[in-house]
Amino acid sequence: MSTVIEAALNGVQFGLMLFLLAAGLTLVFGIMDMINLAHGSLYMFGAYLTAALVEPTGSFLLAMLVALLATAAIGMLLEMTVLRTLYQRDHLSQVLATFALILIGNEVVRMIWGPQPRRLALPELFSGPVDLAGIQYPSYRLLVIGVGLAVALLLYLVVARTRGGMWVRAGASNREMATVMGVDIKRLFTLVFGLGALLCAVAGALLGPLLSVQVGMGESILILAFVVVVIGGIGSIRGALAGSLMVGMVDTVGRTLVPGALGTVFSPSVASNLGPTLASILIYVLMAAVLFWKPQGLFPARG
Amino acid sequence: MAPLDQILSRRTGAVLLALAVAFPLGADWLGQGFYVDLAARIMIFALAASSLNLVMGFGGMVCFGHAAFLGIGAYTVAILMDAGVDAAWIAWPAATAVAALAAWLIGTVSLRTRVVYFIMITLAFAQMLYYVFVSLNAYGGDDGMPLAARSALPFGLDASSDLTFYYVVLAILALAMWLMQRLVNARFGRALQAIRENETRMEAIGYPVFRIKLAAFVIAGGAAGLAGALVANQAGMVSPGLMYWTQSGSLMIMVILGGVGYLYGGVVGAALLLVAEEYLSGLTLYWQLPLGILLLAAVLYARNGALSLATRWRHG
Repeated sequence: MSTVIEAALNGVQFGLMLFLLAAGLTLVFGIMDMINLAHGSLYMFGAYLTAALVEPTGSFLLAMLVALLATAAIGMLLEMTVLRTLYQRDHLSQVLATFALILIGNEVVRMIWGPQPRRLALPELFSGPVDLAGIQYPSYRLLVIGVGLAVALLLYLVVARTRGGMWVRAGASNREMATVMGVDIKRLFTLVFGLGALLCAVAGALLGPLLSVQVGMGESILILAFVVVVIGGIGSIRGALAGSLMVGMVDTVGRTLVPGALGTVFSPSVASNLGPTLASILIYVLMAAVLFWKPQGLFPARG
Repeated sequence: MAPLDQILSRRTGAVLLALAVAFPLGADWLGQGFYVDLAARIMIFALAASSLNLVMGFGGMVCFGHAAFLGIGAYTVAILMDAGVDAAWIAWPAATAVAALAAWLIGTVSLRTRVVYFIMITLAFAQMLYYVFVSLNAYGGDDGMPLAARSALPFGLDASSDLTFYYVVLAILALAMWLMQRLVNARFGRALQAIRENETRMEAIGYPVFRIKLAAFVIAGGAAGLAGALVANQAGMVSPGLMYWTQSGSLMIMVILGGVGYLYGGVVGAALLLVAEEYLSGLTLYWQLPLGILLLAAVLYARNGALSLATRWRHG
């Protein structure tokens, strides 16, 4: 029983982090109709900057805050210099350009911090486990869940309750109409991009101590974030949240529980090998199934 | 937009072919035999990229999982060899057939979706296959598996010689490009391009739109499978990495770089990307940085790929 609860908590934790990535991606995708493969690179930058700043600042929190602002600035700069010229181009040009940005980003990181993975230590305060009704659960993961939930709530409030959020939603459902109604789309895009980059950095900094901080970390998670975006419906924050929790659950539960379940049928070595594979495959089966029955995703933003 | 009539004149074709035939002799004379290997690699990826171009450029279906067929072809050869079947005349057609079958299955499901969703669903299938092969421990799992030798060629040809292998690849590529030229200029190819331009209208006129798109997808999958068989032979090993999304991405980059919907877009793009990689990686350890900058410049300044520049220059 306790492993089930632990797996579920891990699933929520991973799902929320995916949500931070997918939220920015879905807005960029939905509002600007832009495929940004370089989104994962911003996540990598967030993680590396945090890892690099922990030592000089002496505090995880401070390092993370500086990394967030720096990544947001990088994102906005990128938008203003390169990506802005790509909105009017077809998806293929966007794929090529942002793929080029991945190469550049990876190499810049490798030049500055070297090819070896970096370790990002857990913040001292959260290095031990906590007791959750008899289950020993790492307090850091609980913190990640807490921060993830808080950011998700904050994002929801910003998008659903503020004027800026209204512009964003208007832009996502009909860009031309929003422009005609006087929304400064150009500035809005830059701000949305900065926000997306900031969320990437939050995920990068928080996941840094759990996964390893290395070149290429962005590529593997990027595709999962795209899967989330497509499952949830392009441009929909609500869909991104639902999708990321589904994907996070399927992934983690598949990794931890499927081997045990298979172990009753197959030999342990086969089961432990098959589990992660099945989990990885299940995610894509989930997406293919959603696309098959609801081609617009679960919560389509465009009416 | 790429022009509709794209026939390489006999003269240009003959000159290019003659150059390709003479290339190993020249490389050998200069003492740069290594370049024969690179050229063979370029031609293999030219085949793979051209097959993607058929789908993406002529059919307007942006497939982000094309590396799946490459990988399936490669694994078919490796698994057959593992089972003791090393004859190229069995293994290579088998690789083509298995990849075409996979394309038929994947296409049947994927082609019901449109635009961005098609990109994502083809990606999903490729990633599924990637994880399947990662888990196949009998065939090397994550690390992949080495091939005992290259496939045995008929007529007493020795594939282990890089020179022979080069000419075999050249013959296959030349044949494939000739077939592709016939295909895109035939009724089927014209219908495919018309569907790219206006699917609804073609449906209304009474063309079997879905079947035409699926047929193009299957042909492209088979051709990519054949390219995969050659990749496995050249590298002497196969690994799931052949199917990872970055490999699909790199095939897409080749097509975009050369010119989407230009008959020779895939060939030119493969040559440009692989030569740039080779040259830059010899120059600096951090070769991906200049490569990225070059690609970025290509998007911003050569809007529809290298071949569109050539066309624009020719037509003023």
